[in-house]
Amino acid sequence: MQFALTPEQELIREVARGFFDEKASSAKMRAALQTSAGYDLNLWAAMAHEMGWAGIAIPEAYGGAGLGMVELSILQHELGRRLVPSPFFSTVCVAAPLVAAIADESQKAELLGHIARGEVRVAVALTGRRGLPGCEGITAELRASRGRYQLMGESGLVIHARACDVILVAARAPGTKGREGVSVVCLDASGAGITVEELVMLDLTRRMSLLRFDNVEIERDAVLGESETAGDALENALDLARIALAAEAVGGAEWTLEMTCAYTKQRIQFARSIGSFQAVKHRLADMMVLLEAARSASWYAACVVDELEGEIAEAAAIAKACCCDAFYRCAADAIQLHGGIGFTWEHDAHLYFKRARAVASLFGSPAWQREKLASLMGLGATVASPGF
Amino acid sequence: MKLGFTPKEESFRAGAAAWLEVQLAGEFADLRGVSAHAAMPERRKQWECALGRAGWSCIGWPKALGGREATLAEQVIFAEEYARLEGPNRIGHLGVELLGPTLLALGSDAQKQRFLRPIALGEEIWCQGYSEPNAGSDLANVRTRACLEQSANGAQWVIQGQKTWTSLAQFADWIFMLARTEEGSRGNRGLSYLLVPMKQPGITVRPIREMTGEATFNETIFEGARTAADYIVGNPGDGWEVAMATLGFERGVSTLAHQMAFRGELETLIAIAVENGTARDPLIRQRLADAYIGLKIMRYSALRMLTHAQSGRLSDAAYTYRLYWGEWHKKLGELAMDVLGPEGEIAAGAPYEWKGPQHSFLFSRAETIYGGTSEIQRNIIAERALGLPKEPRGTQS
Repeated sequence: MQFALTPEQELIREVARGFFDEKASSAKMRAALQTSAGYDLNLWAAMAHEMGWAGIAIPEAYGGAGLGMVELSILQHELGRRLVPSPFFSTVCVAAPLVAAIADESQKAELLGHIARGEVRVAVALTGRRGLPGCEGITAELRASRGRYQLMGESGLVIHARACDVILVAARAPGTKGREGVSVVCLDASGAGITVEELVMLDLTRRMSLLRFDNVEIERDAVLGESETAGDALENALDLARIALAAEAVGGAEWTLEMTCAYTKQRIQFARSIGSFQAVKHRLADMMVLLEAARSASWYAACVVDELEGEIAEAAAIAKACCCDAFYRCAADAIQLHGGIGFTWEHDAHLYFKRARAVASLFGSPAWQREKLASLMGLGATVASPGF
Repeated sequence: MKLGFTPKEESFRAGAAAWLEVQLAGEFADLRGVSAHAAMPERRKQWECALGRAGWSCIGWPKALGGREATLAEQVIFAEEYARLEGPNRIGHLGVELLGPTLLALGSDAQKQRFLRPIALGEEIWCQGYSEPNAGSDLANVRTRACLEQSANGAQWVIQGQKTWTSLAQFADWIFMLARTEEGSRGNRGLSYLLVPMKQPGITVRPIREMTGEATFNETIFEGARTAADYIVGNPGDGWEVAMATLGFERGVSTLAHQMAFRGELETLIAIAVENGTARDPLIRQRLADAYIGLKIMRYSALRMLTHAQSGRLSDAAYTYRLYWGEWHKKLGELAMDVLGPEGEIAAGAPYEWKGPQHSFLFSRAETIYGGTSEIQRNIIAERALGLPKEPRGTQS
């Protein structure tokens, strides 16, 4: 039993913290938001090439470092602390494991090799137009005719689709439902028939687009693995994505608590630092309770992926619900405890608050995760629709 | 990171479970699931003796003192199995978990010799005398006084004052307590940590009836109560440090197994909700799922605390755990009442008897008060873990 980071994992964390402290300060992050890509291309290149993080969890056989979900979560946590805008999440945390799970050998050799070497940035269009989580929500259609395929329809809320090289799209065979008939296709981002409409998002640190597919011609080898059989693997990949998002949320929650503690220690009112008032202290203590609960949930879920596969769906739902709730509460309380300055555009508090709201919505809200848990717990069917 | 216990630890688990199962299905079947603090005291004393004879009472202690030198992981495993198999609330727990470790760390050789084996064998039951009518959250405001007097039997401490919320005082043979031994001292200075026999004319125990209808806590009145001069742990005036060490043990191993007992409660509640149809209600489902998440968080946090404890450090999870479980259990009690509906308001029996989820609904109100209120816990988290400044002290006494 060693439910704590190993010395090697601590080292990864320290290196990552130093790296982002230097290269992703608040000022640099804000500068990146003004670029056309919406993230710092040089920072991504440094992460991928110099640090080798693009391949951290890709098996060594495909050119990666062969590490696991715990290491991936450590990096996600550090990215979350600094709200680093980056294609890391979609490329490394979502696309790579999905490709590893469903693609055939030659596709894996090519795509995973490219990702591991930091040569492609992958956007993932795995939910439908409205962002309903899981296979249920898929609205893009893949039509087969004479050994070729055509992609139609839309996919919503696709992260960094404007500044990627390749897009993975989940699409279903016409007339199918749920996990049936789901395929994942790999498209060149600049291919014909793909329209990328970048959206103005609440969260300024993670750009998203609506993708439209107008009879996009798909070659057979652009369909990953067997067509129409990807449903289960996609759901599993979404669970991994939830665990990665949970780690990011813990990082964000941790930062907001540290930032707010520091502020309340130095802010003087009534001739005392406001951090000495119980009304302030108790709110901070509650933030720490949520943060530590979230940290436990995030670590556990990451461990489950690396060690005890059977429990992934449950651990992912727990981590996503608990960590997103904690991040939101901490970010909201950070604004409150900063007072007026916390409400300004200039202060970072709103960036964390908006990221906290956005990460909650992505791939199933905390309420959606709890409803999923309710089913896993044997509560039977509900009388209401599942929602987001 | 590495989850899961070793094969050796798992075989320890199997051994512990096998012994407990035999006892709780056989000779002590009547005690299975007895969770009330004041129920069946004589039987629960017999149970302490049975645990002690088989070496399952103080498993982390040295073998010479009746323990089996179990590792921390093994202690947690035993506590988990004990909770899972619904072993009764332990009437000896204050001696086993608080005084025993305190004496092992800070007691004199003579004190260890005199007191530890009877605890491990279940022969002497202890209670704790800290709180007083004017020393609640401000625990250092102790007014009970003790002074040394010469008598025919040698020097003795003579004690005058009142303790309150003394759980198990009506069953205990001994009390470990804080008393003011320096005339005119204030706050946490001038206190001493004394070991005092309960069965003597100078001590009166009065039960306090609580909102559950039971009387699990007591007032303990000291009117010239006596104990030997050398039944003091640490030096005169060091009582506060010794008492704080004892409270440190309170966040020890047994709390790590709390969630095992809570799991049983949640499972009961889920079964009721499925049975009466409330499990289909989306709002109830959200709350049941949230309770389940909380239960798992306690489990994960316990594993983190165990990992840290093995390396001798207090983890951040340890600061927050006490507040977390208290608040969680209170919410579970409220959820239980909503799941039960109007029928939940009907007692199990006369005169005012409550069981299961309804008992938790009532009793959990105490759990965010005793051992440090949730408000005090938040102060501790803010001041010790987050490094925030202390609130200035008042001047009224």
